[in-house]
Amino acid sequence: MGRGPGGGVTQNMTSIILLSVFGIINLFLGFLRSNKILLPAAMVILALVFGANLYDWNAAPHSYFSNMLTIDRYSVAFTGIVTLTTLLLIPFSQKYVRDGQENLAEYYSLLLFSLVGAIMMVSYDNLLMLFVGIEILSVSMYVVAGSDKRNVRSNEAALKYFLMGSFATGILLFGIALVYGATGAFSLIDIAGAVVQPANASFRPMLYIGMLLMFIGISFKVSAAPFHYWTPDVYEGTPTFFTAFMSTVVKTAGFAAFFKLLMVAFGGAESFWIPTIMAITVLTLLVGNVGAVAQTSIKRMLAYSSISHAGYLFIGLVALNGKLSANGIFFYSLAYSVATVAAFGVLKLVSDQRQREDYASFNGLAKTNPLLAFVFTVAMLSLAGIPLTGGFFGKFFIFGAAMDKGYTGLVIFALLMSMVSIYYYLRPVIAMYMRPAEEDMTEPVAVSPFQSFILVVLAVLTFVLGIMPGLLSEVM
Amino acid sequence: MLTVFLLLFPVAAALLLHFAKGNAARVMALGAALVEFVVAVYAAVLSQVTAQTQFEVNLPWVASAGINFHVGMDGLSLVLVLLTAFLVPLIILASFRHDYPNASAFYALILFMQTGLIGVFVSLDAFLFYFFWEVALIPIYFLAGVWGSERRIAVTFKFFLYTIIGSLFMLAAFVYLYFQTGIHGAVRSSDIIAFYNLTLSSDQQAWVFWLIFAAFAVKMPIFPFHTWQPDTYTESPTPATMLLSGIMLKMGIYGCLRWLLPIVPKGVSHWGPLVMVLCIIGIIYGAIIAIRQRDVKRLIAYSSLSHVGLMAAGVFSLTMMGLQGTVIQMLAHGVNVVGMFFIADIIQRRTGTRDISELGGLTKNTPALSVTFLVLLLSTVALPLTAGFVGEFLLLGGVYQYNHWMGAVAGVTIILGAVYLLRMFQRVMLGPDTQFTATIKDLTGSELAVLVPLILMVFWIGLFPGTFLRISEPAIMQIMTIVNR
Repeated sequence: MGRGPGGGVTQNMTSIILLSVFGIINLFLGFLRSNKILLPAAMVILALVFGANLYDWNAAPHSYFSNMLTIDRYSVAFTGIVTLTTLLLIPFSQKYVRDGQENLAEYYSLLLFSLVGAIMMVSYDNLLMLFVGIEILSVSMYVVAGSDKRNVRSNEAALKYFLMGSFATGILLFGIALVYGATGAFSLIDIAGAVVQPANASFRPMLYIGMLLMFIGISFKVSAAPFHYWTPDVYEGTPTFFTAFMSTVVKTAGFAAFFKLLMVAFGGAESFWIPTIMAITVLTLLVGNVGAVAQTSIKRMLAYSSISHAGYLFIGLVALNGKLSANGIFFYSLAYSVATVAAFGVLKLVSDQRQREDYASFNGLAKTNPLLAFVFTVAMLSLAGIPLTGGFFGKFFIFGAAMDKGYTGLVIFALLMSMVSIYYYLRPVIAMYMRPAEEDMTEPVAVSPFQSFILVVLAVLTFVLGIMPGLLSEVM
Repeated sequence: MLTVFLLLFPVAAALLLHFAKGNAARVMALGAALVEFVVAVYAAVLSQVTAQTQFEVNLPWVASAGINFHVGMDGLSLVLVLLTAFLVPLIILASFRHDYPNASAFYALILFMQTGLIGVFVSLDAFLFYFFWEVALIPIYFLAGVWGSERRIAVTFKFFLYTIIGSLFMLAAFVYLYFQTGIHGAVRSSDIIAFYNLTLSSDQQAWVFWLIFAAFAVKMPIFPFHTWQPDTYTESPTPATMLLSGIMLKMGIYGCLRWLLPIVPKGVSHWGPLVMVLCIIGIIYGAIIAIRQRDVKRLIAYSSLSHVGLMAAGVFSLTMMGLQGTVIQMLAHGVNVVGMFFIADIIQRRTGTRDISELGGLTKNTPALSVTFLVLLLSTVALPLTAGFVGEFLLLGGVYQYNHWMGAVAGVTIILGAVYLLRMFQRVMLGPDTQFTATIKDLTGSELAVLVPLILMVFWIGLFPGTFLRISEPAIMQIMTIVNR
């Protein structure tokens, strides 16, 4: 606990420090080549970070590095989501542990470092810090996308992600440069002032172009249409464990950063960028949901579904409704992350054993593995936004924030799209419960007791969010 | 607190059922359902005959948004809770002759469904209502989809999509109304009272009406939203069919009474004539198609479609007689249709067929079955002294008050009903034996245990309808007052 200027207890950047230090320690643990140590160690580290992060909840906000980074409730809340997500996801890396891959420690360390990036993205106060955060996160992701070295698809995914991602980063940086040129500031607060009252009116076009370029860069990172083309291929090629990380942590951090950018820095120019963001929202919802319908592979379906969820989260950005939006995005990200980790966790277990990812590979899963089928069903219902699960209230709060600002048409469109989504989320459920298993797939999928436990935790969390949303509906 | 117990007890029992295996599961489920029934009757005994909501519980649910866990029962809710609590144990008992694979899950889903159904009938908060509305859908989808017959996958998928899309429209309406409650700077609320007190313009009511009505119309179902119904009823395992037709269908009618008429009365009076026409079309259409059916179960499904049309017509007649008729007919139809589907199930299990042309001559070997079948059938045809008569009489009276011509056309339902039901009885039960029916055995233990209470209820409602009409009357009068203000 640090002491602020006023002497009160202030919020720390404990999580960043812990993660960086542990990330390095973890690399050294790799020398032991003992896989039995690595997974528990990583989990303990993440649990510690999660606890230390929550410990700061009631402390006063505090800024670091000449106000480049602020740890406040907003950042603590989103740090909580990304840490928890990783903590719950890591047990599903176990295949790697058993295979005894030599560079396992590196992968864990990369995840820990990328979390540092994610935390910087949710606590930045300065565009440079945003850029550094995005880069830390992205570079780790480029590496892990290609971590299945002998698989051509994984290589393709890494290359595609890296090339497209680099372009996006370049565009983002260009945008930041233009915004700096127009406003003379990197800090969000100063930019906000300059957006409302520019020093020189002739700078305005430059500011606007800079803004748009920044939007493009971040939209790429959160896979919003029309900058989504990389998503299905990269998600499909990347090993499932890391795909889950990409579609939860990266997205959550991306949206937290995007919302802060729009709310704090560019709020004054709302009338200028609302049409753009609105167009992205509608397009993303359409592409994600309609695209998912046509898929035959569950993994690709989940990739498109993650695009569609970016669309729903975008509604929170369009609404730009202060606390309502922030709380909505928080709740939605949490419910979405929990459900997505559960879905990818089950998918990974099944596809590792059956070496397939199409719908038919889930046939009869309810008979062979009732728990896996149940948890996957809960995840699908949550993603579809059906009551009793967290996903329903996620959508409810986001739509509520938008209705509050009068975006009725947008909400109706989103509702129509979520009707479409029920179609593709129900298909794996039908496969699991209503179709008989194919002949060579009557063997139960091997699941360790610990993984079962985590799956149950994920299902329970989804129900808790769906039945008692009041617990977390107003954290900010 | 009684309401909360009624809500939570089935789901708690469902969770416990996970630890039971095979026959123990169904016995436990039956025990739980009986406890639930006893508590529901106890609540009915304790309740007073007023329009006041009783056994009320109001706790914050999403406090920041003004959404409460607000449940309670007035007479209307109580009648439907009683119906649910009465039918669920019988439905469980009716399944005893089948060995469903994975029985603990099967019975857990039935109990889980009961929580959803009771939740719908006692919710006094719009979002809570929607919540339970969907909670009731999920178990029935799995019951029908997992344990159903051959074509179940496509059929239940259609059912699920239809109902959930309908209910999303209702959700949209509720969200809209919820924001309307806060329009003059008041704190937003999704409480039913806040919705009743909204002053919406006629235009607003006109389109909000359709959003809400979409959900109810699909659930009941009203022509032309009915296309999922015959297939789903036919393909589902019998307990699921009974739940669907006996109780779930009433969710739609109850929804109209509680959440449609009082909230958008102007919308109802604006669109009422059109809906009435749809209802009447449904009555005639269902009856005519029923005449053509060869499959007993499918025939009952279409007859149910015809009857629900009349109940809906009673609701939209907006007369005291029609509304009270709807209430009593909901009970009567629940009892009749569950009994009829059970008898169809018994016949199919004994003979291996449901095809009317392959059946015949059952009366000779099965006197008890024949008598019970005939009583239930005559009650469905609305013979005086039976449950069906009271309901249909009041309903037709209500529709007649609304419009003479519609009343006359709707009255045809009784004639057509007699045609298709008696014709079925004649061909299935009378006449010469067929190869399928020669060695059929009469009713035994658990079957009688299901049918006797149903028959008793048929006569109770038929002879003393006042027992139930008295419970619901104040609540219905209050709804009428709100509609007419």
